[in-house]
Amino acid sequence: MRSLFYALTTAVVVAMAFWAYHENYKTQEAQSRAEALQTQISDARDRLRMLRAEWAYLNRPDRLRDLAEINFDKLGLLPLQSHQFGRVADVADPLPPDIVIIENPVDVFEDRSEGGTFP
Amino acid sequence: MIRTPLRPLARILPARDRGENPDTIERENIRARHEEMRDKARQRAEGRLLVLGIFFLFAFATIGTRMGTLASSEPVEPRTHAAGSQILAQRADIVDRKGRLLATNFETHSLYAQPQHMIEPEHAADALVKIFPDLDRERLVKDFTGKRKFLWIKRKISPEQKQAVHEIGEPGLLFGPREMRLYPNGAVAAHVLGGAGFGEEGVNSAEVIGVAGVEKQFDARLRDPARGHEALTLSLDLSVQAAVERVLYGGMTLMNARGAAAVLMDVETGELLALASLPDFDPNDRPPPPAQGLASDSPIFNRAVQGLYELGSTFKIFTVAQALDLGLVNPSTIIDTRGPIRWGKHRIRDFHDYGPQLSTTNVIVKSSNIGTARIAQMIGAQRQQEFLGDLGLLEPTGLELVEAPLAKPLTPKKWSELSTMTISYGHGLSSSPLHLATAYATLANGGYQVTPSILRQPQGQRGAQVMSEEAAAMSLSMLRQVVTEGTASLGEVPGYAVGGKTGTADKPLETGGGYHEDKVIATFASVFPAHDPKYVLIVTLDEPVETSGDEPRRTAGWTAVPVAAEIIRRVAPLMGLRPEIEPAAPTGITHVSHAAE
Repeated sequence: MRSLFYALTTAVVVAMAFWAYHENYKTQEAQSRAEALQTQISDARDRLRMLRAEWAYLNRPDRLRDLAEINFDKLGLLPLQSHQFGRVADVADPLPPDIVIIENPVDVFEDRSEGGTFP
Repeated sequence: MIRTPLRPLARILPARDRGENPDTIERENIRARHEEMRDKARQRAEGRLLVLGIFFLFAFATIGTRMGTLASSEPVEPRTHAAGSQILAQRADIVDRKGRLLATNFETHSLYAQPQHMIEPEHAADALVKIFPDLDRERLVKDFTGKRKFLWIKRKISPEQKQAVHEIGEPGLLFGPREMRLYPNGAVAAHVLGGAGFGEEGVNSAEVIGVAGVEKQFDARLRDPARGHEALTLSLDLSVQAAVERVLYGGMTLMNARGAAAVLMDVETGELLALASLPDFDPNDRPPPPAQGLASDSPIFNRAVQGLYELGSTFKIFTVAQALDLGLVNPSTIIDTRGPIRWGKHRIRDFHDYGPQLSTTNVIVKSSNIGTARIAQMIGAQRQQEFLGDLGLLEPTGLELVEAPLAKPLTPKKWSELSTMTISYGHGLSSSPLHLATAYATLANGGYQVTPSILRQPQGQRGAQVMSEEAAAMSLSMLRQVVTEGTASLGEVPGYAVGGKTGTADKPLETGGGYHEDKVIATFASVFPAHDPKYVLIVTLDEPVETSGDEPRRTAGWTAVPVAAEIIRRVAPLMGLRPEIEPAAPTGITHVSHAAE
């Protein structure tokens, strides 16, 4: 009985030691992955900052104005004018779907003057 | 425990028989008992000492081991920490009210030399001069071959230049990383942003410090590592600012002016939507202060904030507003305008003769100096001074720019009755266009004080009321009539009901004592839309001349007003202001009540 107990205990210790060893390596691996990710994040932040600066530089008002002037033939861009404000009420309602649109109208008056009689 | 009796009969009786004193036995037993008690106490004390000793031993051993580990191990940063909450060791960005970048940081390189490591100093100097034409070859050769161990060649170089220097292949030329401040919009809002330079410099890093404007005012806030990721939000609107600068530049060129300034302010919050001063500069490459000539002619001089000018007739509305507030006049009170007024050796006269009398409204609409001076006489020096102080025209404005606290308006040493009369039409008191904008904002928002601010103010900041809403409304209606039928007729912008007052002031001679004959400061102070004021716009031109007519015209009505009108036409839609048909002016019908008879 006692020897069985000893054997079991030893086995448990070995198993625990193996588990602890394994966990240790997993932790280290996770840590180095986290570090790599941190580096990536900070690189991405740097790049983002650079891109934001470049975006702001390329969108600077002077450049946009010059581009609008150069491409006036194609785009016809002008500064915003006060008459360009619209009102929601000015927008036409969409036509109801079941409306009948007459595409080739028949001239009723013509027919009646020739042969028909007015009621 | 078995207690030993002190006088055991078994020993006492034989002792008595032997004729001995039985007390001896008792004393012996007492002694034995005492010894036993003493031994027990000592044992207990020793035990306690031992426990305490072991405790201290462990405590010292723990501390000692920890100290030993700390002393002998390599310092490492904690490897696991949450991302996002990190501290940024860089200057915070500056953005406009809509989050568009105005200032940010940029990684670049500096170039330095260690001549003792150089192989071919002369060749290196030749090659460097080819890359950077502004370097002096002789000087470089002298430095490279002399005793110097270290010298800076360029503070900031671009990646292309870095590659070119790299290709020289000289081991004595080295690069250090540099964080530099970048203003992507160039000269837009240059005077507000100011600029940045390097403070303490090392090979591996340099301190970026603000030199002027917002950069200097908020230097500590921008450098605070805990707030490095939080951008500083200004009240400026980039597109509005750019449009204002563009139109103002055009106007300045057309009107042949030396300089120009514009201030666009929200009347409720005091936020500055645009603050422009021309000529301007590129904050990426801020010019040094002028070594000679007037500081106020330098491009780094902020005319809108630092420039103190006599702003002329734009002040008349303050006199009339105060008289209306005090109940001294109403818009149709008739004022005597026969002139000129003689006061000692001074004479006050009008630009034209406007006849013997004018109504208060027409004093403003026609801009009569004599009429305004007469109203100022009714108010008196004391009350005028208090009112102008309430409008903020006697103290620095409190704007968050380093330049602002230095711009204290110039007032007469002794506020005499003559001063009262001249100040009533804007002579004898010099203030900045920003001061004027602040005072007009008070008129426009119903009489509440305003503190100008360059920072975004999400919630309004109304100050104390300094005049009644009725007086402010009557003044605004007069300002509107100046545009519809008075001196500022070119200022009409359809849909935006501009109201405003022109001001043309002769420039004082630089030598003092007197004025230039043909040099003026032309100002137009405007409020729009006049029936529901949202914004105040001040436009000031320095020495404008309009030469399209037969003779040169310098008055503000011909120079500053059309420029201001064009600015309003351009920026009002940008700020989302819809054109509106203004409510019709009240007709000549007055309400009367029929009393029952």
